[in-house]
Amino acid sequence: MATQAQNRLTPFKIVSYALVITWLVIAAFPFLWTFWGSFKVQGDFFSKADWTNALYGVFTTRETGGAFTGNGYYGAWVQESFWRNVLNTMVIVFFTVIISLTFGTLGGYALARSGFRYAFWILMAALIFRAMPHITLVSGYMLPFFEWNIWGLKGTAIIVLVAINQPFTLWMLHSFFKNIPKDMDESAMVDGCTRFQAFRHVIVPVMWPGVITTGLFSFLLAYNDYAVTSMLLSKPNETMVPAVASFLGSVQVQGNIMFAVAAVVSATAPLFVLILFFQRQIVSGLTAGAVKG
Amino acid sequence: MKHRTFFWFILPTLSAMILFIALPIVSVFIQSLFVEHEQVLVVSESCGPFGCNQTTSIDAEATAALREEKPLGRFNGLSTYFDRSHLASAEVAEIWRESTGLASFVNGLMDLKFYRALIFTLTYTFTVTPAVLILGLAIAVGVNNLPRAFRGVAIFISLLPFLVATVVGSMILSWMLDGEGIIGATLQNIFNDPSLTIKSSTPLMWIALIVYGIWHTLPFSFITFYAGLQTVSKDTLEAAQIDGANKWQSMIHVVVPHLMPLVSFVTLMLLMDNFRVFEPIVSFNAEAHAQSLSIFIWSDLREAGNPLYASAGATSILTIIGVAILLTPVLIRTWRDFNAKSH
Repeated sequence: MATQAQNRLTPFKIVSYALVITWLVIAAFPFLWTFWGSFKVQGDFFSKADWTNALYGVFTTRETGGAFTGNGYYGAWVQESFWRNVLNTMVIVFFTVIISLTFGTLGGYALARSGFRYAFWILMAALIFRAMPHITLVSGYMLPFFEWNIWGLKGTAIIVLVAINQPFTLWMLHSFFKNIPKDMDESAMVDGCTRFQAFRHVIVPVMWPGVITTGLFSFLLAYNDYAVTSMLLSKPNETMVPAVASFLGSVQVQGNIMFAVAAVVSATAPLFVLILFFQRQIVSGLTAGAVKG
Repeated sequence: MKHRTFFWFILPTLSAMILFIALPIVSVFIQSLFVEHEQVLVVSESCGPFGCNQTTSIDAEATAALREEKPLGRFNGLSTYFDRSHLASAEVAEIWRESTGLASFVNGLMDLKFYRALIFTLTYTFTVTPAVLILGLAIAVGVNNLPRAFRGVAIFISLLPFLVATVVGSMILSWMLDGEGIIGATLQNIFNDPSLTIKSSTPLMWIALIVYGIWHTLPFSFITFYAGLQTVSKDTLEAAQIDGANKWQSMIHVVVPHLMPLVSFVTLMLLMDNFRVFEPIVSFNAEAHAQSLSIFIWSDLREAGNPLYASAGATSILTIIGVAILLTPVLIRTWRDFNAKSH
């Protein structure tokens, strides 16, 4: 229904286009720059004298013979064994997502179907828990975990990440299950199913869109976490994010900052792919809590 | 749903939350009441030809045994809360007496560790949050005006800064802002001042961290508002237009009121997340210039060999009180809504 008046280029529109374009440049440029720079040597990536060096790779050509080099990646993945952190990340993220979703689905379903007052209180408690800074919780774990000798294990980090994830998962799945008509499972129960059977045979088959969206956010939380993983994992069990942060310190001293740059790019690449495939789900998940109330 | 069934369904998630969120808060509180053991000292007298002298040495074995036996330390009550590196009641009173005005009082507070962290955390929270709200709304309107084909691309690009790990994203930005990085070096050239780096100046570091915060959280408010804009009624907009409202007026009087519930949701989320600002300071290596409450806790826990659980615990409890104060208005409103609905 675009009338001619709406298509005219008004000053309002020009300003808003300019704003959007500026934002997009600011949003994308750091990633493009770092991705491009990760194939250069340090002299080019930090080219104080002439920033075009980073584009053409003057020092890279001088030092390695080609305009691009994979030295940073070799250094990070092989020399600093970044591959081990990648494997750790996969294990921890996989189990965190699976367990969070199992717990969250059961709990979210119960909260959506229970009209009692305590359901509201559990949701409120979850909201307050969601607001707790993770580092304050971590300071509560350290001493008992050392005492029980379970500090540093992957399993410990997984169960902590699951717990930290729960408030959010619970809220999201609760509002999702609220949108599935009550009649569906209740009619199954009239036909003689128990509550669990009704859940298993009627709700489970239709819940996947909501579960996938929630799963994406559990994935992001576990994948991006720093507070928990940096404090609760021993060196050999470290995931990518704390590993990047910790060898930033060590490689800077040795002048191998490009290792860290390469590791950063490697850690960001999966997210890029994730957004490419799941953009719609991420956007709907971001706004689910807000729009549905 | 019957109470019994409800209980079994909620059991796993509730036990995870109680064990790993509620109990740690209790454990943090208990930790904050104790303080690390003092070293066990032994005084030994050695006598030689020139008289006797006493030497005091640390009995490492006994200290370790004591720590082993009572890992919490010795009971200290609430004193950790009021010591020099936390609420510092004595020092604050002193500064208050000596200060000549508000400015000198704040300056005095900046010498105290806890208040320095608190002031930075509050400054960060209350500059990033409004900036993100306003810019997010402006960009959402802008993207909404774009031809449909470009909107998806715009959202794709915008999601990147938000979804990237905070540590990684702030590291990327810190490399660019570095004195030798592209933005840092360009700024030095523009202002012709080679000493201009974020590493050497506290105000610049604060600005860099705030800019990072805006860059990182802007997509969240933008996308939420964008989704809200899709539900603005076309009829109301058209009616406003017919009544002679220009774009700006219909924006202020139709669109913004429609988005108000979203604004309060986004504000809540932003306040919660900004108040725990932590990772950017690690990545920017900014601890010398900017300390947040989270960083304060983190550095206590990393104290090599012997983490300062008491101090970390006290700061944690104070932080939680801060979060509670921030959330109170929202909780009161939700409580009212709930009561209104049930009556």
